[in-house]
Amino acid sequence: MTTVDGPVLPKLIGERVKRREDPRLIQGQATYVDDIKLPGMLHLAFKRSDIAHGVIRSIDTSAAAAMEGVELVITGAELAETLGPMPIGTPFPAPDHYSVATDKVRYVGEPVAVVVAEDRYLARDAADAIEVEYDELPAVVDPEAAMEAGSATLHEGFERNIAVESYWGGTGVNPETAQPEDDSAVDAAFAEADVVVSQRMLNQRLAPNAMEPRGVVAQYEPGREYLTVWSATQNPHILRTLVAAMMGLGEHQVRAVAPEVGGGFGCKINIYGEEYVAAALSRMVKAPVKWIEDRTEAFLTTTHGRDLLGYIDLAAKNDGTILGLKARIIADIGAYEVLLTAMIPTLTGLMMNGVYRLPVVRHELTEVFTNKTPTDAYRGAGRPEGLYFLERAVDMLARELDMDPAELRRKNFIPTDEFPFATQGGLIYDSGNYEPCLDKALDVAGWQEMLAERDAARAEGRIVGVGLSFYVEVCGLGPSAVVPTGGWEHSGVTVERGGKVTATTGASPHGQGNETTFAQMLADHFSIPLEDITILHGDTSVVKQGIGTFGSRSQAVGGAALISAAGKAGDKMKQFAAALLSEHEVAPEDLVFEDGRIQVAGAPEVSKTFAEVADFAYIPVPLPPGMEPGLSEESFFEPENNTYPFGCHISMVEVDRETGEPKLVKMVAVDDCGNVINPLIVDGQVHGGLAQGIGQAMFEEVVYDEDGQPVTASFMDYVMPRAADLPTFELDNTVTPTPVNPLGAKGVGEAGTIGSTPCVVNAAVDALAPFGVTHIEMPLRPERLWRLIQENGGQS
Amino acid sequence: MIPTTFEYRRATSVAEALTLLQEGGPEAKLLAGGHSLIPMMKQRLAEPGLLIDIGGLDELRGIQETDDGEIAIGAAMTHAEIAASDLLHTQAPIVAETAAAIGDAQVRNRGTIGGSLAHADPGADLPAVMVALDATIAILGPNGDRKVQADDFFQDILTVDLGEDEIVTGVCFQACRSAAYAKLEQRASKFALVGVAAALSLDGGSCSSARVAVTGASSHAQRLGGVEDALAGASLPDGAADAAAGAGDALDFVNEDLHGSESYRRAMTAVFARRAIEAAAGRG
Ligand SMILES: Cc1cc2nc3c(=O)[nH]c(=O)nc-3n(C[C@H](O)[C@H](O)[C@H](O)COP(=O)(O)OP(=O)(O)OC[C@H]3O[C@@H](n4cnc5c(N)ncnc54)[C@H](O)[C@@H]3O)c2cc1C
Repeated sequence: MTTVDGPVLPKLIGERVKRREDPRLIQGQATYVDDIKLPGMLHLAFKRSDIAHGVIRSIDTSAAAAMEGVELVITGAELAETLGPMPIGTPFPAPDHYSVATDKVRYVGEPVAVVVAEDRYLARDAADAIEVEYDELPAVVDPEAAMEAGSATLHEGFERNIAVESYWGGTGVNPETAQPEDDSAVDAAFAEADVVVSQRMLNQRLAPNAMEPRGVVAQYEPGREYLTVWSATQNPHILRTLVAAMMGLGEHQVRAVAPEVGGGFGCKINIYGEEYVAAALSRMVKAPVKWIEDRTEAFLTTTHGRDLLGYIDLAAKNDGTILGLKARIIADIGAYEVLLTAMIPTLTGLMMNGVYRLPVVRHELTEVFTNKTPTDAYRGAGRPEGLYFLERAVDMLARELDMDPAELRRKNFIPTDEFPFATQGGLIYDSGNYEPCLDKALDVAGWQEMLAERDAARAEGRIVGVGLSFYVEVCGLGPSAVVPTGGWEHSGVTVERGGKVTATTGASPHGQGNETTFAQMLADHFSIPLEDITILHGDTSVVKQGIGTFGSRSQAVGGAALISAAGKAGDKMKQFAAALLSEHEVAPEDLVFEDGRIQVAGAPEVSKTFAEVADFAYIPVPLPPGMEPGLSEESFFEPENNTYPFGCHISMVEVDRETGEPKLVKMVAVDDCGNVINPLIVDGQVHGGLAQGIGQAMFEEVVYDEDGQPVTASFMDYVMPRAADLPTFELDNTVTPTPVNPLGAKGVGEAGTIGSTPCVVNAAVDALAPFGVTHIEMPLRPERLWRLIQENGGQS
Repeated sequence: MIPTTFEYRRATSVAEALTLLQEGGPEAKLLAGGHSLIPMMKQRLAEPGLLIDIGGLDELRGIQETDDGEIAIGAAMTHAEIAASDLLHTQAPIVAETAAAIGDAQVRNRGTIGGSLAHADPGADLPAVMVALDATIAILGPNGDRKVQADDFFQDILTVDLGEDEIVTGVCFQACRSAAYAKLEQRASKFALVGVAAALSLDGGSCSSARVAVTGASSHAQRLGGVEDALAGASLPDGAADAAAGAGDALDFVNEDLHGSESYRRAMTAVFARRAIEAAAGRG
């Protein structure tokens, strides 16, 4: 076989390619919102409520307005003349929610007035100079008490503070009527059960704590009636749509830019009041304005996550066969519904099917307003809550039946040959193969050895426990039928002159590494070097359309759109190549991309270089009949279904007998996210997810006092997990591709937060089981564990 | 996270700092490592009009043995420098080890012993160690210098025997090998939820006298007199648990917050008193 000169390009998909974005990020060469400085830019500061609940009696802005360098001071009521209530992205009934409170405040941190000033310090001084008088109202803090008659209420028209109530159950949902098929089957299943485990569990409130707080710069240019908004957001296209609507502009008059974004974890999906206010005030003062959130504001006003109380009952036969599940869930959603608030807890019930065959399910959900920061998505968004409740209950069942927790789970797994599998909630699990994953995890962890190690430690008087969890989650959000914003993703691929490639993606990364993974995919697709590819994102004037990055969708949906656009560009390129190779009479279908050339498969001597063909596409003389010049294609990808990755996590926890301090000594995660483009990046996603999932299990909690005052509004009280708190993670995987996208990739962004939390709590409960403990609320506070030990007289 | 307006002056000598302090009056504040003061300013809990930076002053630096055999540490020495001192590791390892267990690397690289003692956070680590070592705190004011024993210096929450126009210049204490500090960390801040320092005089396997002090549990660092009494003549390490048992119950006032209730802190005071005593005895 003849060869041609030139490099041999290794395939990159599946390789541990280092993140191309990291050098600029870690060398201070990246542009975040706060790095944006425009001529004549003014600065915003918000006057915020320092009480949880009250009627605004008066606001005196005179002292602030009189300060030199202060351009404008405006109250919520004044702003409401320009800015209406904020839109939400769910179909649930919601009270009006203004960017800046107009008449009542409902949580500490809610804005009541805004200052525009020459610099940030002055703006803050002026905000402090605003005097607000309130008629204080009783704070509603406990969601269960909030639902009782006689409780103070937050919103007119929402009796007993109830925002949403839903109920479904029985042997499945009738897809036609969305009604339960046979609810009496639930009671029957519980009546016939040999054993029922019941537990009230709190999945506590968390602060997402992205490393970069929120921030926005808005510039309205009156001359051309055009608004540009730079924001630390996960989804610039949604930002554009909503800001345009709030400003009375068309989408063609708004450009939204997410520059470098330092983490989102779900809290930067929502479009916030500050973003609308910045846009409106830029138009009002005819100057660009900037607002950068400080860390205190981040704790008080960036959406919180979780905060679900579950009453869980699980029924089974003595042999471990699960007969049914009942879940009554109360979601404390805080003071308002923002973009996805009311939808997140609905995912909890849907995902509580887990990896099991559940003959019957009853699910009751009540979402309740309280005088706290609104909740929305936080890494995992509904799934960690559901899987926590379920995997804790399954573990309790194993203990009750004295069965190995792995074997109890195995017994109830959905068998591999039943996929695609319809759950009680009406989801269709795309693919699954749970037993090999369980076996691999048991093997990697050395489960039997761990049990022996635990028992030996106990014999020495130490308090040690092992825990296991098995999760399934939902990724790749779409399809459009279930995502309020639309569930597709968009991508553009342009082969430039000279054979370099520029691609755009609407999946706006903010830490996911798509500049690397997407380039790997294109490098393989076109067989060109990674360096020849640029991935652009985060700017609606560059990326024509998009939805954004959340719900572990960027690879499964965004990646699929990319590969579809690349396919179109590649097909056209082959047509140009075939024209260039016309003396060989080759058909485009016979051509392949190989080592920087476009060649007849198996015959590299019949080829043109990638660059030659790209150049020809832009100066096509003669233009092949029926073709347009150029190589720029785009695709929208609409997934037919979600993807359902799964995995098994195993951990070991040791507790200090005298102090109650827990220590995580071992953490094993075997995840299955389908086909993997870049194992290094997948590992990174799992590492971060584990840290946050363990953070929930062991450390983190947003706490309010009885007056609705936050007591964890700084890192001096809110316990973030640190590297030294975590053991070296032991990771492995299995691969069960999804049929719903051409990549077979499922998504991995949230996996770590879903499996690890119940796993670690299960280990802690196992550790304290000899003290008669059957459940421990999160986080695993040392004092909490110490008390459980003391209650048993310190004796196991 | 945005402080009010303030003026910043970098003093070139302790004398100049004293003058600036006097001129500035109640508006003026000394700035050392800034790791207690600046967080408070950012939250507008402190709003000084004038900051006088004494962080780099040579006169406030150094760790050495004095002519009368004591060890002296300058007020501007950072926790990291103290943690790295060979002299301390051999003569008074408790001080170096305690400094090494403060906060995180950034805090240790900036925070100073003078700032820690003058600020007297109820959860600060070094105050308990200074009380246990019976350290002398050297203070300079407009009327000259004076010395205060650590035990008298710490008076209440964030309250010490120090005038607004005075500067802590350093501390000195007798070398002591058989001393150790044990702390239960507040998991977010890493301050002491409860920390106990024990300095023992050992005579073979028994303790002839002891100074034991607690921080974190109460408003300020203070001695645990009952434990000290119980240790006199006790054989160690076996007698540590008995001596420490009542440590927490004897405290008048005990802090209580999200991270630890009063009863937990009392119980932990006994646990960490025992651990500190055992560790100190182990050095004997
Ligand atoms: C995240 C974090 C974690 C921490 N963890 C711990 C911990 O685990 N344990 C612990 O003990 N501490 C901890 N600290 C506190 C830290 O040790 C501080 O640095 C220390 O308490 C104050 O020292 P400084 O030099 O920073 O003082 P500054 O902040 O500069 O000053 C503090 C106060 O003391 C006054 N002052 C400073 N120097 C003098 C002087 N020479 N004479 C008179 N007055 C003076 C100042 O005017 C000011 O009022 C932590 C701090 C942070 C931010």
